[in-house]
Amino acid sequence: MKANSPWVFLPLVGFVLLAVLLASGLGRDPQELPSALVGKPVPSFSLPSLMTDETLTQDSLKGRWQLLNVWATWCPTCYIEHPFLLELAARGVAIAGLNYKDESDPARQYLAEHGNPFTHVIVDADGQLGLDLGVYGAPETFLINPDGEIVLRHAGDLNARVWKEKFVPLLEQNQPGGEA
Amino acid sequence: MAAEIGHLSLWLALAAALCLSVFPLVGVQRNILALQWYARPLAWVQWLALTLSMVCLGYSFFINDFSVAYVANHSNSALPVAYRLSAIWGGHEGSLLLWGWMLGGWAAMVGGLSRSVPLAMVARVLSVMGMISVGFLLFMLLTSNPFDRVLPWFPLDGADLNPLLQDPGLIIHPPMLYMGYVGFSVAFAFAVAGLLAGNLDPAWARWARPWTTVAWSFLTVGIALGSWWAYYELGWGGWWFWDPVENASLLPWLAGTALIHSLAVTEKRNLFRAWTVLLAIIAFSLSLLGTFLVRSGVLTSVHAFANDPERGAFILGFLIVVAGGALTLFAVRSSTLTNNKGFKPVSREAFLLGNNLILLTATFVVLVGTIAPLFFEALDLKISIRSPYFNGFFVPLTMALIVLMVPGVFSNWKRQDGRVLVKRMAMLAPAAVIAGWFGSRLPEPSPWQGVLAIMLALYLVFAHVDDVVRRARAYGQGFFTGLRKLGRAYWGMVSAHCGLAVMVAGITLVSFHEVERDIRMGPGDRASIGEYDFVFDSLDNYQGPNFDSTRGHFQVSYQGEPVVILHPEKRTYHASGQIMTEAAIDAGFWRDLYVAMGEPLDDGNAWAVRIYFKPGIRWIWLGSLIMAFGGVLALSDKRYRRLRFANGEKEATNES
Repeated sequence: MKANSPWVFLPLVGFVLLAVLLASGLGRDPQELPSALVGKPVPSFSLPSLMTDETLTQDSLKGRWQLLNVWATWCPTCYIEHPFLLELAARGVAIAGLNYKDESDPARQYLAEHGNPFTHVIVDADGQLGLDLGVYGAPETFLINPDGEIVLRHAGDLNARVWKEKFVPLLEQNQPGGEA
Repeated sequence: MAAEIGHLSLWLALAAALCLSVFPLVGVQRNILALQWYARPLAWVQWLALTLSMVCLGYSFFINDFSVAYVANHSNSALPVAYRLSAIWGGHEGSLLLWGWMLGGWAAMVGGLSRSVPLAMVARVLSVMGMISVGFLLFMLLTSNPFDRVLPWFPLDGADLNPLLQDPGLIIHPPMLYMGYVGFSVAFAFAVAGLLAGNLDPAWARWARPWTTVAWSFLTVGIALGSWWAYYELGWGGWWFWDPVENASLLPWLAGTALIHSLAVTEKRNLFRAWTVLLAIIAFSLSLLGTFLVRSGVLTSVHAFANDPERGAFILGFLIVVAGGALTLFAVRSSTLTNNKGFKPVSREAFLLGNNLILLTATFVVLVGTIAPLFFEALDLKISIRSPYFNGFFVPLTMALIVLMVPGVFSNWKRQDGRVLVKRMAMLAPAAVIAGWFGSRLPEPSPWQGVLAIMLALYLVFAHVDDVVRRARAYGQGFFTGLRKLGRAYWGMVSAHCGLAVMVAGITLVSFHEVERDIRMGPGDRASIGEYDFVFDSLDNYQGPNFDSTRGHFQVSYQGEPVVILHPEKRTYHASGQIMTEAAIDAGFWRDLYVAMGEPLDDGNAWAVRIYFKPGIRWIWLGSLIMAFGGVLALSDKRYRRLRFANGEKEATNES
């Protein structure tokens, strides 16, 4: 390496670029929904139902507090999350499923084998609704109010701790004495 | 009370670190010997204070003091004592304390084992380490204090340690990994100290080298343990997922491997000086980057801990100060690092440079793959980078690395007769090709990539055996006398390189010949893989200390002969309600048999069972251990043992 060669600044420049990229990632916490969607209604859609012949739309998600759970058979964490969803369903929590970028036959088989916690399951085979919702991957869970508006989004698996810390406070705030 | 003492002694450590980062450096600048002399005692005080903090946190766990938030979140009264203690590093705050404690420990060790190093150099090095320590302690005290209390209404029992972490492998995995991460801070401190002094002679590389080797060995073992843990604990039978957290540990390892080799050139030949300094800075910066990636929540990962953007901002700021500062210093000062000697294109230096470039390319590939999701997100693209990308680059790079390693080992420093080299290499090639061909056909025929990989691995081993024999004979006193005369450092290199060969062979075997079966089985059902029969005998339930378990009994036989009874489990942990898969593994030198219970089907009458046959998988970790052992051997070389007693005779002459 020659004296005062400009190359010696290359590592520094590379690092500065990296730091800028990392800083840009900081604001974007993957666990949080882009604030734009909180308080907004679920994007409109018209998609088939996994278990019945009906067509589901955004109106199917209105009328009561419910969860919208994004899942798929290709998602290992969904298997881990599944028993807790069943438990919630047994406690009377309404959960709608969004079968994301998946094939319907294995998905039906999965629900037959592991139990079905969902009131209904939306088939989003090409992931268009997922894209509109800003889904990063599966599993993700949205809390939706009776007006069909998104109240909360949780990326990653839903478990007892997350439920208690993130969902229960919101539910209690909105409907005192409600499901917990 | 213990928590308050621990907290107080953290502040004490911060005070010591602040003094350490200022006074000795001022002492060097102003040439005040007394201030330089303070570096060592300050480093020791800092470490003692941090040790007291560790003991206090450990004690709080031991007595189940759930009024301490960290203890309440990561322990439970039903947790066995060993896991209660390892819970010290089971979460974010405690991991940081472990990090800080080890950093303090490395500084104290450098202080204690540097009598042959000039005082001014020791003062600079310890000062730099003190600065790093200040950053970490501030981070801990301001954003993640492990001693925070939850008063007055503290929980009666704790939330329990994440069940994934309740495992013997995880008791030692983080400490090993952190020892490696933090250990690179020593090489970093030496590099920055050298830049500050403007004097990077071969002595500098000689001092920094053993520390780097130790750190590298720890990191090697740490990564291997992590891989082993993922294999048997996650229940998927995989050993490497190219997960951001795994990549975070691989990045400093790759850079550190390059650094070790570059340091050798700098020590022996006083070449590559700028390159070595740069690698030292990169290796430690990547360790910090790994910490940032794991802690900040910028990337989601299978085993990311509590994520928090605020903490991420602090670590990023710290990373910018440390790495940015060091790289600026490098850019400004590197004009003092010009080489005045050259080397021929065919020489050990040239091959080592080639290998260094390959290792750095691999580092770059992994780095890009790891942070690419951030980049794509910034562009609003939904693209995921998965193993095909990593394997596509990494496998050919490893092959190229092995191809270059052999001439690197065979060649002389300075210049090497090309014809002699080619002759030596060519002589071994047929043996490697033939043995590799048969070796790779043993289980069943492999695709050509597998055959090539086995040939290269064998070639590497043959080359080292050949080299050992030649060098032993070269003493001219008979083969066995010669063997004993070969230095430990040389044996260390042979061991590390052969470890790599064992690992490559293992990866090849398991990649091309593993058999995975996902099947539905109930008691009485039978499944077979090749000549192995698996019979699902029965199911029972039992109670663990803090979990309930459903356990299967699988009788395994080979060609009708009973081999082993395996007991995979499905555990439900009381405190968190988490359900964990405990795979049952019959480990063997040649193959592992792996049974994991997936989900219950038909109300528990049958289970989704995963049965895996994994040939050669043990070799991956065995190879890593052989590599790390090479590092330990190199460290026990005569010259380092002597160095400790050579009481600073060079102090006067080397003073800058």
